[in-house]
Amino acid sequence: MTELPDFLPALPEIVLALSGLLLLLYGAVRSDAPFRFIGYTTVLVLLAVQVMEMTIEPGGRFTFSGLFISDRYAVFMKSLVLLGSALAVLLSLDYHDQEKQERIEYPILILFATLGMMMMISASSLLSLYVGLELQSLCLYVLASIQRDTLRSTEAGLKYFILGALSSGLLLYGVSLIYGFTGSTEFSQLAKILSTANLQVPMGVIIGLVFVMAGLAFKVSAVPFHMWTPDVYEGAPTPITAFFAVAPKIAAIALLLRVLVGPLGGLVEEWQQVVVVVSLASMVLGNFAALNQTNIKRLMAYSSIGHTGYVLVGLAAGTAAGVHGVLIYITVYLFMVVGTFAVILCMRQHDRMVENIEDLAGLSKTHPMIALAMAIFMFSMAGIPPLAGFFGKLYVFLAAIESDLYALAIVGILTSVVGAFYYLRIVKIMYFDESHEPLDKWIGHDIAAILVGTGTFTLFFFIYPEPILLAATAAVASLFSG
Amino acid sequence: MPEAGLVVSAAAFYLFSTLVLVSGVMVVTARNPVHSVLFLVLAFFNAAGLFLLLGAEFLAMILVVVYVGAVAVLFLFVVMMLNINFVTMREGFLQYLPMGGLVGLILLVELVFVTGGWTFAPEVTMAGSPSTIVAPLGVMTNTRALGDVLYTQYFYLFQAAGLVLLVAMIGAITLTHRSRPDVRRQKISEQVSRPRKDSIEIRKVPTGRGV
Repeated sequence: MTELPDFLPALPEIVLALSGLLLLLYGAVRSDAPFRFIGYTTVLVLLAVQVMEMTIEPGGRFTFSGLFISDRYAVFMKSLVLLGSALAVLLSLDYHDQEKQERIEYPILILFATLGMMMMISASSLLSLYVGLELQSLCLYVLASIQRDTLRSTEAGLKYFILGALSSGLLLYGVSLIYGFTGSTEFSQLAKILSTANLQVPMGVIIGLVFVMAGLAFKVSAVPFHMWTPDVYEGAPTPITAFFAVAPKIAAIALLLRVLVGPLGGLVEEWQQVVVVVSLASMVLGNFAALNQTNIKRLMAYSSIGHTGYVLVGLAAGTAAGVHGVLIYITVYLFMVVGTFAVILCMRQHDRMVENIEDLAGLSKTHPMIALAMAIFMFSMAGIPPLAGFFGKLYVFLAAIESDLYALAIVGILTSVVGAFYYLRIVKIMYFDESHEPLDKWIGHDIAAILVGTGTFTLFFFIYPEPILLAATAAVASLFSG
Repeated sequence: MPEAGLVVSAAAFYLFSTLVLVSGVMVVTARNPVHSVLFLVLAFFNAAGLFLLLGAEFLAMILVVVYVGAVAVLFLFVVMMLNINFVTMREGFLQYLPMGGLVGLILLVELVFVTGGWTFAPEVTMAGSPSTIVAPLGVMTNTRALGDVLYTQYFYLFQAAGLVLLVAMIGAITLTHRSRPDVRRQKISEQVSRPRKDSIEIRKVPTGRGV
């Protein structure tokens, strides 16, 4: 008889899965189940799981025969993902009221997607990595096309699905090559095999590594695997775009970090070249392509490609300092992006969503507080001190310079200048252009609360950043020790 | 002089693999889409035969049950139900052939390089290799060997795969189900619990006058 696995390290995931099932059952039995109730319950569950995640002492423990690991790194990343998902659900509640799109599956799918992301972050084997990734992706495909009566939403879903399936195929092919040449799928085992001194690394492992990286680069929307991003971001309903820009991206970055630093840590020379090239391309393409966008959701898509580039700068450094920078960067990114999307969700004229950047004209006169919040987020994304975005970039570039990646740091700074142009253009449109048609006065309570919260964080991060810096340091330490 | 059994299995291998390749080509080139699907079924059967030769009888049976029984039949339904004009779909074939062929060729060359350099890392055979996980063939059938690890060692993945399937189901319903309020549903509980006084009425009918 085999004994039962240790369930405690995975308790948050188990609770999340069971709550998802219960909510689903409730929604199915009570066909008139109130959408708001399910939405708020989902948020509560996500926050409760977050609390649970933080209180369970993570000692780098494995469970389920080494397929699942719970360490400080996982806790840090899962907290970000849970927070991102909870905020995305909150953001969507008013939207769904307005658009008469009250699908109870929506919060439930976000819940399962979050579960998939947590499984990705805690994966300690190539198999659990893949299963978590698929659970997440499948939810995302459905979410992208959840407004099934609009052409754009279904198109976004279909594009995302086809390209996503292709990237999963690439990933699996890489996984099979790595397994075939090393005989193991477990991260700790792989790390042991691949870090052996004077080991002639087989060609197949390198090719497998490249395929795995290609699959993951698709999920973080890094150039040259970014093509789906603008279309999906534009076509998906706005709260879902906000969700896409935050939680899945953070989870995929977390996975990329864990795979490259952990099991493939011995191949750092091999993957570093790839990460450098991908990072350069993402920074350049993301920022230049964003310049002449007129749709704000497309702009955010290209901006998120650019941000991926900056994140990869930290990863390219391959050092603890670099990964530390990445963690700070994505924490700040989470708050900035959620805030920006909260503003985008306020963009309505005559009870309809509008998405053109020009529609923001004159916002400072009609909605001074929203304009102020948007200005804070834009300045922060452009990386202007002392806002939070500046510190994200600072840590990442410092790490790159310490690892002698001067070219990467210089290109990063130059493209930040390019990026500043289109971020500041939005500020200029809000404050100095005459409005043709003012936006609706209406703002939901949830959105207002999120705006205040994220705005305050972005503005005052520099006063008391210690808790996040310390947590990130602990997370990095556990990632590099394990 | 090789043993007779080896000759037979070699002959079977060549038979199966030739048929897989031929029917694979026919899937792509057949003019009638229904024939394509039928060739696909043939390819699946022969691949199952190859698995049998390897001693993987479980995989062989699963291939037949899942792919032939479910997937190919589903394809057949789709091909017959949707009126897809395959002639127009084929139009760009010659135009894309050079580029597609080039990509395919490059991939093939790369694969040859990879398999040509096939060496196991020396540490592999010592720990964590498949031979330590699964009992040797012959001692145990491979259905049993799979079952042994699937519900113990890989319990987590088994459950997670279940969740993936659940999400697929939710997704399919979310994207296609339309609730139609005007449909009349049968409510058996209401029918059964209907009291007699609601449904029948007893009247005294005087003779010769009607109701």
